Amino acid sequence: MSGSFSVFARELKLAWSGGGGAALPVGFFAAAASMTPFAVGNEIGNLQIAGPGVMWIALALASLLPMERLFQADLEDGTLDAYAGSGVGMEGIALAKTLAHWIATGIPLALIAPILWIMLQGPPGQVLFVVGAALVGSLAFFFFGSIGAALAAGLRRGGLVIALVTLPLYVPTMIFGAAALYAAAGGGDWGQPALLAGAVSLFGIATSPFAAAMALRMAID
Amino acid sequence: MSGAGASSLALEVENLAAARGLRVLFEGLAFRVSAGEALELRGANGSGKSTLLRILAGLTRPHEGRVRYSGARPGDNEEAAQHYLGHLDAVKPTETALEQARFWARYFARPNDVADAAIKRVGLANRKSVPGRGLSAGQKRRLALTRLLIEPRPFWLLDEPTAALDTEGRTLVMQLVAEHRASGGMVIAAVHGEGFANARVMDLSTLKAAA
Repeated sequence: MSGSFSVFARELKLAWSGGGGAALPVGFFAAAASMTPFAVGNEIGNLQIAGPGVMWIALALASLLPMERLFQADLEDGTLDAYAGSGVGMEGIALAKTLAHWIATGIPLALIAPILWIMLQGPPGQVLFVVGAALVGSLAFFFFGSIGAALAAGLRRGGLVIALVTLPLYVPTMIFGAAALYAAAGGGDWGQPALLAGAVSLFGIATSPFAAAMALRMAID
Repeated sequence: MSGAGASSLALEVENLAAARGLRVLFEGLAFRVSAGEALELRGANGSGKSTLLRILAGLTRPHEGRVRYSGARPGDNEEAAQHYLGHLDAVKPTETALEQARFWARYFARPNDVADAAIKRVGLANRKSVPGRGLSAGQKRRLALTRLLIEPRPFWLLDEPTAALDTEGRTLVMQLVAEHRASGGMVIAAVHGEGFANARVMDLSTLKAAA
């Protein structure tokens, strides 16, 4: 158990010290959302229709960006061999690394979400809900993404593989999360879609470390 | 597990075969390594030394046969019986040498001063605040050796442990192995050139020629 905790603490520190691991995804998220008004035009109503959906897609794609390096560096420098060869379960390692990267990158993404929400003319009263939705949604995006990251760890330019494997797994979160955002933007009841999105995230957290661990064991075989 | 010497484990290999693609590296391999013994794996490049070590470490699945620990007493943890040091040193470029040693100490639930002592022992005391990217190949190898010292485990699986090391470093590895065996530990290592004292030698090239 101490193994997984120490890996979690190390990953968190490496993510902060390694020259801002969150900078690229956060920048991507902000850029995608801030380009939207220029693309969809400023007629009244356009942003209300496109805004929440575009924001949710941008969050998913921004969460996908750090996945390529999630396990690759550890595989290349022999760290995964050292973890696996010392008898610590790969499930714990996958969980620790994914959670640490979500804290380092997913939380900053959720924290800038309200700014983008306002830019896309979402109702200011709902910003707290938007932070919560982005936290829950990015958890699913990171944990399902870790499966693709583990499968592509041994590949050069594995980004395409990650996208192909991961995007279908993103669909339930895409549907329920965006539905909750549209409900919040329209002043409707967002409770049910938000709960369903939360359930999908919990499912991802509970199952993806096992799938990722299996893929990592194949990568080091 | 209190120390390497406290273990009564022995490693038993039965009818082991490994293949890479369609090429059989070795088959019908059987041996036993028990307390205080060292086994040197020799053979040409590509003869399967590294693959055998990875199988013993549980990283690679054998094509056939099995590896098991025998003689486990209650309290012996077979999951935590070995250290594997491969070609790659598992050194992170941004962390300093001391931070990395201390990470492994936390990883194995050992106190920090064990890591500090290990850094001194492998001769990195004056390089301990240098980040991994500033270490030479030999110094990275020395840093990898600290894992062996931080947590005592009965089996050391070493893949060319003296590669990249200078004369003094090679002497250090020989000393560490001798001390480990004196306390009941076991070493299985792929080596070229100078070997360990009183070690059994298994040549994988001739094994395959005989098969």
